[in-house]
Amino acid sequence: MVAERAVKTVNLLARWTARGSGTVSGGRVGLAVSPRLLTTLSRGREVILVSGTNGKTTTTAMIAAGWARPVATNSTGSNMPAGHVAALVASKNAAVVLEVDEAWLGEVTSSTDAGVVVLLNLSRDQLDRANEVRRIAERWRLLFAAAPTVRVVANANDPLVVFAAEVAAHVAWCDVPTPWTSDAVSCPHCTLPLHFSESSWWSDCGFKKPTDIATTLGDDVVVRGATVTLALQMPGEFNRINAAMALTALDELGVDLNVAVARINALTSVAGRFSVRCWRGHRLRLLLAKNPAGFTAMLDALEPDTADVWLAINARVADGHDPSWLYDVPFEVLRGRRVYCFGDRRLDLATRLDYAGVEHVVADEESAIPSSEAVVNVVANYTAFQDWRERSSAC
Amino acid sequence: MLSVALVYPELLGTYGDGGNAVVLVERARRRGIDAEVLRVGIDDAMPNAAVYLLGGGEDGPQRLGADLLRASSFGARVGDGAFVVAVCAGLQLLGRTFAVEGDDEYEGLGLIDAQTRRGERRAVGELVVEVDGRTLVGFENHGGRTTLGDSVQPLGVVRRGVGNEGTVDGFRAPRIWASYAHGPLLAMNPWFADLVLEQVLGVSLEPLETSADLLYAERVRTLVG
Repeated sequence: MVAERAVKTVNLLARWTARGSGTVSGGRVGLAVSPRLLTTLSRGREVILVSGTNGKTTTTAMIAAGWARPVATNSTGSNMPAGHVAALVASKNAAVVLEVDEAWLGEVTSSTDAGVVVLLNLSRDQLDRANEVRRIAERWRLLFAAAPTVRVVANANDPLVVFAAEVAAHVAWCDVPTPWTSDAVSCPHCTLPLHFSESSWWSDCGFKKPTDIATTLGDDVVVRGATVTLALQMPGEFNRINAAMALTALDELGVDLNVAVARINALTSVAGRFSVRCWRGHRLRLLLAKNPAGFTAMLDALEPDTADVWLAINARVADGHDPSWLYDVPFEVLRGRRVYCFGDRRLDLATRLDYAGVEHVVADEESAIPSSEAVVNVVANYTAFQDWRERSSAC
Repeated sequence: MLSVALVYPELLGTYGDGGNAVVLVERARRRGIDAEVLRVGIDDAMPNAAVYLLGGGEDGPQRLGADLLRASSFGARVGDGAFVVAVCAGLQLLGRTFAVEGDDEYEGLGLIDAQTRRGERRAVGELVVEVDGRTLVGFENHGGRTTLGDSVQPLGVVRRGVGNEGTVDGFRAPRIWASYAHGPLLAMNPWFADLVLEQVLGVSLEPLETSADLLYAERVRTLVG
């Protein structure tokens, strides 16, 4: 109780003093007062966790929307224990869905005694902090081998996710398109090269794509034989994948999928992502992409036309200090468009675009940019996205 | 035709290392020299190329990369006069031994008298190296500490970061350059890209204006002042 009150007090102080949204600081203090606070706060609640490199925030929001019950969730994207504590103090709702940083999944799964864990995908992201993505897969594998009551919802087309989840007692495998496999070239079991075909993958040692598939994603989503129709407001194939996995997680808890999909279809924006904002006469659609897999998927989702695109790249702590990953993104697909380069590392971006043969303009907030009738797509990585959220306003 | 072989990008391409191939080819083409990237997949035979690029990779892929390279004609081609630019894991596997999980002395290609052991902590951060009075900027992220044999010349002197072991970075030998500055090393350092190109092509090149000039100037200003 003392710890819980401490969280609330610090959160209030943080808001009064206008230092941040006051979620994480309160959580940190609470955990310092009682390290077992997350366990205490989770007791008697039904907890779903969502982890993976890309799609955590959106999938979490989809589960929260589709559950059709009042939920407690960390919708601000604070996905480490301090953020989880803050979310559980802020809401007493018995239904809980939390996005969890990949490195913290083990600790949070056991602290919250989670019933369902959703594993979206694993790929390179902020290697200066997380270094090797395979280590994460190995840690997850140890976690699920030792957590027999957890029901896992896992991407069957991501070999690193399968490596982690195959030891779990109960897995609902999702057969969802996963174009980014550059981090799963060699088999996590035997290190020999993995083979990929259009619809499957396998290793010579016998490790292969699971066959007992629970969910498939085509024009519709089919979850254990039940067909539901997606009509998402948010763009991109990756959001259809997030929705399929969110629906599978809800199915594990016996939620009516027809109700769930209607509510998921109604979502227009998650944490400001995909929202249209105004800035100096421009109408901007703000899109977040923070690593090669996410950026590749986002470029793919841009309408195939020749409209200008704005890109914004930072390399602050939350982004990872190393923008080398720009060379893992196929920016060549932007040839024929003009790209405005923003952010602290706009020269790194401009150099990348130069070598990709893409017309580009190095810009900053003071630049005079011709405005257009159409909404301009702005793709930004983490802190650059936040900068654009703050800089722009509702239209 | 200048052919640039990007060796096992699926294994040795953790940090955007494929960018170096694009940079060499583009800088040649813009000077009217025909050039192509040859992507060497793990199932492909080693093609004949003027220059081979080896990038960074995680433990398992690095071990597999070393095994595949050892079994390929890579060593023979280097002996026959091909050039090599290697970064990070690529640097390590050119040496005699390197450390991977479960094995502190995994056999490298032995083209260079160098040995890599695991360091106490990973070296992660900006790397600045002085190479013959010029400044090379990049980013390093590796757990190795590399010791060079007495006859091996380092690439340069570390001004910021760790490099091989805190004082020098990488190595150079006839037709070989290696650095711990990973990823788009050649993109960030246009002068170094041209130095490699001039030697591979055996010609001297006219200066070329690219966006990379602005990037290089900004990185040097930020990191060196």
